[in-house]
Amino acid sequence: MTDPDVQQSLQRIRPTLLRFAMLQLRNEAAAEDVVQETLLAALEGKSAFSGRSQFKTWAVSILRNKIVDYLRRTSREGILPLLDEQGDEDFDALFDGSGHWQEVPGDWGDPAVVLEQRGLYDVLELCMKALPENLARVFTMREILGFETDEICKELKMSSSNCWVVLYRARMRLRECLQLRWFDAR
Amino acid sequence: MKSCWEIHRLVSEGQDRKFGFGERLAVRMHLLMCSACRRFERQMKLMRQALRRFPGE
Ligand SMILES: [Zn+2]
Repeated sequence: MTDPDVQQSLQRIRPTLLRFAMLQLRNEAAAEDVVQETLLAALEGKSAFSGRSQFKTWAVSILRNKIVDYLRRTSREGILPLLDEQGDEDFDALFDGSGHWQEVPGDWGDPAVVLEQRGLYDVLELCMKALPENLARVFTMREILGFETDEICKELKMSSSNCWVVLYRARMRLRECLQLRWFDAR
Repeated sequence: MKSCWEIHRLVSEGQDRKFGFGERLAVRMHLLMCSACRRFERQMKLMRQALRRFPGE
């Protein structure tokens, strides 16, 4: 790609990068910063990239690393809000006294089909945004940035069991939201 | 035998840590016999795949 091509492509995917960063940082200024760093790194590294088709994937992978750096920096500075001890009562209500499902979980269909549906990712974004920040931080580190659970616990100075509980709660909320906003709505 | 409540917690945890032999067996046994928990497991897998693909396209 020539320079103008790269710049054009970068400008085109900038909103996507920003959305991606916002979802994980929940702070516009911080999101702008990491996206800016990403665009610079992409321009500097453009020789490493040839071919247009995977351009977005490539830029997102740079962004991922920038976000990881940012999270490392800020978690060390202790910006992360403490995890509150909200209970699991909401989710326990999904089960009867002997531990059976009150309502059988929905059939979400063939993943190969579902994952190709465009609107899914907008709903996913909406549902991720609806997560409380303390859950979202841990959950996006795990599921979107692909950290190992041990790493997250260490970075955020949480016990392993605390980590698992937080990830569980995030999954249960996300599941509920997807059921309501996507699978029931279709 | 473990209840669906116990199994669904384990299915989530199984995405974050390695099971010991006993746990793995208990979960597999339960899933073999319980279609409700199998659905839950499929939902968890699908969510993970979708998030890995995010922002999609
Ligand atoms: Zn079950």
